[in-house]
Amino acid sequence: MRVSVSWLREYVDLPVDLPADDLEQALVDLGIEVESVADLRASVTGALVVGEVLEIEELTGFKKPIRFCRVDVGAANGTGEPQEIVCGARNFAPGDRVVVILPGGVLPGGFAIGARKTYGRNSAGMICSAKELGLGDDHSGIIVLPEDAKAAPGDDARGVVGLDDVVVELEITPDRGYALSVRGIARELAHALGVPFRDPGLTPAPGGTAEPAYPVEVRDTVGCDRFAARMVRGIDPTAPTPGWMQRRLTVAGVRSISLAVDVTNYVMLELGQPMHAFDADRLSGPLVVRRAEAGEKLTTLDGVTRTLAVEDMVIADAGLPNALAGDDAGVPISLAAVMGGETSEVVASTTNVLFEAAHWDPVMVGRTARRHKLFSEAAKRWERGVDPALPLVAIERAVRLLTEHAGGTPGAEILDLDHVAPRTPVTLPADLPSRRVGVAYSPERVVSLLEQVGCHVTRGVDRLGEDAGSAAVPAAGGADALTVVPPSWRPDLTDPADLVEEVVRLDGYDRVPSVLPTAPPGRGLTWQQRRRRAVARSLAERGYVEVLAHPFVAGELADQLGLPADDPRRAAVRVANPLSEEEPLLRTTLLGPLLGILRRNLGRGHRDVALYEIGTVFHPRPGVGAPPAMGVDRRPTDAEFAAADAVVPDQPRHVAVVLTGDADPAGWWGAGRPAGWADAIEAGRAVLAAADIPAGRVEVRAAEHAPWHPGRCAELLVDGAVVGHAGELHPAVLAALELPRRTSAMELDLDALPPAPVAPAPTISGFPPALIDVALVVDERVPAAEVQRALVEGAGELLEAVRLFDVYASEQLGAGRKSLAYKLTFRAPDRTLTVEEAVAARDAAVARAADRVNATLRGA
Amino acid sequence: MTYRNDPYDPKQVALLDPEALAGAVADAERAFAAAADPDALAALRPAHLGDRSPVSLARREIGALPPAAKADAGKRVNESRRAIEAAYAARAEVVEREQAERVLVEERVDVTLPYDRRPRGARHPLSTLMEQISDLFVGMGYEVAEGPEVELEWTNFDALNIPADHPARGLMDTFHIAPPPGADSSGLVLRTHTSPVQARTMLTRRPPIYVVVPGRVYRTDELDATHAPVFHQVEGLVVDKGITMAHLRGTLDHFARAMFGEGAKTRWRPHYFPFTEPSAEFDVWFPEHRDGPRWVEWGGCGMVNPRVLRACGIDPEVYSGFAFGMGIDRTVMFRHGVSDMRDMAEGDVRFTRAFGV
Repeated sequence: MRVSVSWLREYVDLPVDLPADDLEQALVDLGIEVESVADLRASVTGALVVGEVLEIEELTGFKKPIRFCRVDVGAANGTGEPQEIVCGARNFAPGDRVVVILPGGVLPGGFAIGARKTYGRNSAGMICSAKELGLGDDHSGIIVLPEDAKAAPGDDARGVVGLDDVVVELEITPDRGYALSVRGIARELAHALGVPFRDPGLTPAPGGTAEPAYPVEVRDTVGCDRFAARMVRGIDPTAPTPGWMQRRLTVAGVRSISLAVDVTNYVMLELGQPMHAFDADRLSGPLVVRRAEAGEKLTTLDGVTRTLAVEDMVIADAGLPNALAGDDAGVPISLAAVMGGETSEVVASTTNVLFEAAHWDPVMVGRTARRHKLFSEAAKRWERGVDPALPLVAIERAVRLLTEHAGGTPGAEILDLDHVAPRTPVTLPADLPSRRVGVAYSPERVVSLLEQVGCHVTRGVDRLGEDAGSAAVPAAGGADALTVVPPSWRPDLTDPADLVEEVVRLDGYDRVPSVLPTAPPGRGLTWQQRRRRAVARSLAERGYVEVLAHPFVAGELADQLGLPADDPRRAAVRVANPLSEEEPLLRTTLLGPLLGILRRNLGRGHRDVALYEIGTVFHPRPGVGAPPAMGVDRRPTDAEFAAADAVVPDQPRHVAVVLTGDADPAGWWGAGRPAGWADAIEAGRAVLAAADIPAGRVEVRAAEHAPWHPGRCAELLVDGAVVGHAGELHPAVLAALELPRRTSAMELDLDALPPAPVAPAPTISGFPPALIDVALVVDERVPAAEVQRALVEGAGELLEAVRLFDVYASEQLGAGRKSLAYKLTFRAPDRTLTVEEAVAARDAAVARAADRVNATLRGA
Repeated sequence: MTYRNDPYDPKQVALLDPEALAGAVADAERAFAAAADPDALAALRPAHLGDRSPVSLARREIGALPPAAKADAGKRVNESRRAIEAAYAARAEVVEREQAERVLVEERVDVTLPYDRRPRGARHPLSTLMEQISDLFVGMGYEVAEGPEVELEWTNFDALNIPADHPARGLMDTFHIAPPPGADSSGLVLRTHTSPVQARTMLTRRPPIYVVVPGRVYRTDELDATHAPVFHQVEGLVVDKGITMAHLRGTLDHFARAMFGEGAKTRWRPHYFPFTEPSAEFDVWFPEHRDGPRWVEWGGCGMVNPRVLRACGIDPEVYSGFAFGMGIDRTVMFRHGVSDMRDMAEGDVRFTRAFGV
């Protein structure tokens, strides 16, 4: 909300020379966020003076009519001679007083004014429009001062046009509807600065009369618990909105429309009460306030025809027949509390105005506003709570403003259909603020602060009255109770905690001391949390760079990744309102977004890129509906919450890497080594090692799994269960995603890994090892892992280590054969092995390999 | 050299002549001194200490001497030999040391050659900051709690005192999950804050509760220099008997000092959050800001709204609590002087590498 300080000053006695910084601080300390403080005095520099137009010479022969003016600016120009100014506007005549900026001045936006030759004449200065002065959007002509303006040629014009003001722009939190008004902000400032406040909401106003101002029937008092109206007849329809009112509306960002409408908006800004002005002559029958019928239509003031829903409240004209809703239901002429309709709005010829000020259900208004996407200034206030005590005060204010400037006669009848329920008192233990805040507030202080915000507080009436004789014994709870009736303008104060906040807010948050609480001993990170950190660090140490990709993906990604039709990763959680319609799904694999980031890096000129991510993927629960409704008045039972939680998608935490280019860079030491399938698989093993899964429980075997290359894909298993895949990506996938050939990847489900065992310590033998190399020839399709497993099994307990150190194929070996060379390390825990023992173990190992995978010793 | 004065020398043998032996010693010393390296020195050894060297030949002559002269001659030969051996050893030490020094010079390399054969990767600064903050609170006895990113509306909103029609819900710019076929609503959202974990924690643990919650959150903001649809928060929740706002301030002050140094301090501004009452936003005094020391908006905090406690099954008459939270992305931005939020989301390796492992 934007408001000028001069308006606030009408109701709160701010210090005359209040610095902008102090004003800002006062507002901030109250919990009102200050977006900006603009001192309009500084917005125009140089001489901005009142001028009186002496002569106008019409210049012709240009594209548009131009005037050459001689303007009396008094002594402001130093000479006393008339100022000669060329002007393109036409809305003024000799004798009018206008606003002139003299050469050397600067308008908002840094527009410097000089003396220059234009349209063949010397022009020294400029006659200003409201827009040029930053006072609004009106650029239809220059400012002509009203006849009654007290201003003489040469006077500083700032005060005359409202440029002597300070404008604050405030962000109001959604609980404080009352602060969306001059009234509310002035009240808050009065609290902060300790200065007097005159509440315009308490201005005396005449009450409702027995005769209604207009026949109105409220059929739903839940949706509308108060409805007030009054007629003003015979206004001058041509009466303009006074300049000061226009300026205040402009500052608030409200467009000036007509006096009657401007008055309703002015009252809304001042008091916080949204109002409506009907043209009484455009109403044909009594008004009916009711819920809409499904399918009813209404064209609102913005020209949009809206189909109404049964929850919407409308004001209907019962003089118009309505086949849909019944004869007496009338035709909707206003979408209640949100926006008026076209058919009954005030127009240029309106002479009889019916002012309406009501009180609507905030929940209804919020829903209607969202349903019709109509977030009007009125709806914003209703949703946040409007003082139900205001309607008659607001109508009185509007009637006075209108008749003052447009004449007319207020009707004697005042309608007031009031069904507002009295406020429920809040019981506040007097020591609750102290117990919650940690500052010792005396009960007197608590009462005084609550009264400051407008609460009516009764101190411990019942208990003190009855227990006066036993005052030495603390009552139950140990403290007095206060009975607090919050003021009508604070619908947000409903709970004791709300009152605690008022106490600490007004007393000052800076008075809260600093005390560190002592937590009970904690158990540290969980093993899963420690594991994630170990995995992350391990991958980073290995050269992978962590990214945190956004999880939104396109529907086509599943095709690009070549996922089979029945792949569970095709079932994705869908966002109803995605930022991009092209990416409405949540990832089911980390690879999609990660490969996108890889491509971005390549596009930026990086060649050797290795990335990793640890993050969640999202798998919908098949066949579940919406979660059961749960209230908040009590804890849901475990069964209720479990039923709701069962709807939440499965969100396992995965880890993935992608890499391309060189894994080891080339350098002065020699050539580089391109990244490939083996690096990806090694990354998977590294993750499992960082997770402390013993190597003996890990298995790697060939697999065919999209989006990997079917001949270069491994599945990673722990205890026989597949936990992830790694290898080179499928050439077709790389082509579809425009990524380099041989790009490789690994993805693994961290949540699928078992907890790490407590590792048993090995027995360390001090005896020397026996080292024996064997080269085995096998069919090329035999996995090395199987050969090694056979060797290990066959070698028995003396085998300490086995390492594959060479793989090769040659013509000599024969087609379809390969040679695998292993270094076997044998050692006994209790003796030095003899050559015979070592050879026997070697032979046993080879025999097992021969038996299991048909291996033969090379050269044998 | 007392033998010169010996009164008795009946039979002269040229090789055993004291002059000759002294000459042999002198020859050897001269030759050794001229040897430039261990190899050259070793090559001299046969000539001066070998079988055919003067001292060895002289030793052979001793047998021909009369018994009375043997002892004396033997003593002379041995002394000469020891002198030559000593000269050899002394020289050997010198040339070996010189050779070792020469090798060190000859083997010199250019140690400034770059050797980045295994380029280091890097961890994302958002991850490391979340871990750092978690560690700080774990050190204070807190535990790290986590929850799902696709979350029930009930835990994200209702349980936190944000009813369906409250304007605060509208302000959250929520990503909704599409409803299943035939339903109006999925009842699911991408969590708009880490606070639903508060609700989950209170539903599953009994007080005293001291938890810190790092995590990813979502709002429907387009990615630009200062907004992102995906960002990160850390929040803390304490529920215990007798918890006050003073405890909240003490915790935040400690947190600020641990993060930003002993000079750090916090200040509060009243604010509104549905799930806390009273509520505040807090700023931190950040002396190292790249644009000079200043207050920086850091996060929101307050006393857990009794309505939230009640909805989660905790008796607000017995327990009270506080909660606080802040944006991690924002914190990284002002702490490290990141000027564009996109740098943190786009995954350019140059950005992340700057933060190390």
